[in-house]
Amino acid sequence: MLIIQGAVSLGLIFSLMAIGVFLSFRILKMPDLSVEGSIILGAGMAARLVAGGVNPFLATAFAMVIGCLAGLVSGILHTKLKIPGILSGILTMVASYSIVIRIMGTSNVPLLPHGPQRVVSVFTFLTDAGLSRPNAIILFSLVIVIVASSLLYCFMGTEFGSAIRATGNNQQMVRAQGINTDVMIIACLMLSNGLVALAGALWAQQQGFASVDMGIGTIVVGLASVIIAEVLFRPRMFWTSLIAIVIGSIIYRLIIALALSVDFMRPTDLRLVTAIIVTIALCMPLIREKGAKIFARRVK
Amino acid sequence: MLNIENIHITFEPGTPIEKHALNGVSLSLERGDYVTVIGGNGAGKSTLLNITAGTLFPDKGMVSVDGVNITHMPEYKRAQYLGRVFQDPRRGTATDMSIEENLALAYRRGKTRGMRWHINNKERGFYQERLATLELGLENRLSDKVGLLSGGQRQALSLLMATLKEPKVLLLDEHTAALDPKTAKKVLELTNKIVNKYNLTTMMVTHNMRDALKNGNRLMMMYEGNIILDVKGEEKANLTVQDLLKMFETASGEEMASDRMLLT
Ligand SMILES: Nc1ncnc2c1ncn2[C@@H]1O[C@H](COP(=O)(O)OP(=O)(O)OP(=O)(O)O)[C@@H](O)[C@H]1O
Ligand SMILES: [Mg+2]
Repeated sequence: MLIIQGAVSLGLIFSLMAIGVFLSFRILKMPDLSVEGSIILGAGMAARLVAGGVNPFLATAFAMVIGCLAGLVSGILHTKLKIPGILSGILTMVASYSIVIRIMGTSNVPLLPHGPQRVVSVFTFLTDAGLSRPNAIILFSLVIVIVASSLLYCFMGTEFGSAIRATGNNQQMVRAQGINTDVMIIACLMLSNGLVALAGALWAQQQGFASVDMGIGTIVVGLASVIIAEVLFRPRMFWTSLIAIVIGSIIYRLIIALALSVDFMRPTDLRLVTAIIVTIALCMPLIREKGAKIFARRVK
Repeated sequence: MLNIENIHITFEPGTPIEKHALNGVSLSLERGDYVTVIGGNGAGKSTLLNITAGTLFPDKGMVSVDGVNITHMPEYKRAQYLGRVFQDPRRGTATDMSIEENLALAYRRGKTRGMRWHINNKERGFYQERLATLELGLENRLSDKVGLLSGGQRQALSLLMATLKEPKVLLLDEHTAALDPKTAKKVLELTNKIVNKYNLTTMMVTHNMRDALKNGNRLMMMYEGNIILDVKGEEKANLTVQDLLKMFETASGEEMASDRMLLT
């Protein structure tokens, strides 16, 4: 039960990050690695501000803003300075490590402004209302995920959003239709990294601290959720993709929790397990095809 | 309508593969002119269209549409004046999006994209009407992904998208070359139908001399970055393929060798 609770709350929080990864990798079709930077920027910003006594909601909003800024930087590097997408993401990511230490002051910030017993966070108002902390985290994250996905769905259905989706498809055509593709790319990266930073901010408040190295491997976790969603549900519409990713993110956490509950596994094996999950998920089409062939042979 | 003055462009200047692709090209299209452009491989036809469309910028010279100087205007800005169909059917449409979404994008050419919903019901009726004129049954498939369409269907859709919001100039660069002969004929017929109906100023590059002679009111031949022939109206109507071949030989001083320019 505890395992499931933990998996669901982390799954929900990280589904925001996975949706961000989905926006850049799948909608824009640009492998944007700045995500690794924006998750810690979001976490670090929220932690520092909350620890400094700032209202946690305001702190979370600031975290999103700095995530958007990271996206802006990647976008400008890519569109205006013509640096390949993957490299502009890496540059932003690397720079983020220094910046987040500047923001936090050290490499690890606990969220304990009110003495060691009491961590104030966006979840506090729910625990004050009588919810257990795990339930408060799940409820709050669920609401945020629903609100964020709904807003995103509406945004992607506007003329502007439609132009972003088309940009990921065919930039040449989009320009021929009078749309500035640079603006669309930058906007999508800002949105994507803003969501990732929001996930980072919630994550820091969920675990009660932020540290520089907590972001390593984020991109693979995000991809894992997206790919699990695609393999299991094969979503065809934008809104079904969003729902599938949220479920995919929770499933990913459950798989991780189960794998790590095996005796000889260590918590530090997490990233190894993640890499294996992604590999398996990526091979699914191949496995299906081979499997179908073997099956067909048997039947004959 | 379209004015091109003394355009020069050199690719890879200062290298052994330096190529003076356009050599002081000038032309002027009247409103409603439908000019077919022929010429051998590498004559500069695509380069001329790309400079007009803003995917390339000239080293020298000026391009203007309806009196507006667009020589240095970025591609997406001048798109408000231009409709384009590319040779490759995949380049003109967004594959993962539906037919109606593609049309809605095209219908807003030249407008800023805001926070309004990307399509409304009134438009849908209009799109169905226009799709019906293609006679491909696409009017019943508004929400189908464009990726599901055949090359010919996609090219017909591209043509519709390029002309949905009437362009001042329509640019067609071998837009039937990637299609099988029967489909190519159909798309060319559609092109004529649309161009004539809206009296569009059109520049159409083709490798098929017969098509070049049969369509439009004006014909241009290019050779090594120059326009070596520009005929209109009566004069054009009386031209034959033999005339074209002879003119090419006198102008270039060599036999017509390019197989792509031979009759097909
Ligand atoms: N981006 C480029 N870089 C270098 N050279 C180029 C570039 N684009 C075109 N060229 C060269 O410029 C010349 C004109 O090319 P262009 O594409 O305009 O010819 P075309 O008349 O359209 O020929 P085709 O019938 O083969 O399409 C060719 O020699 C071509 O190799
Ligand atoms: Mg060409």
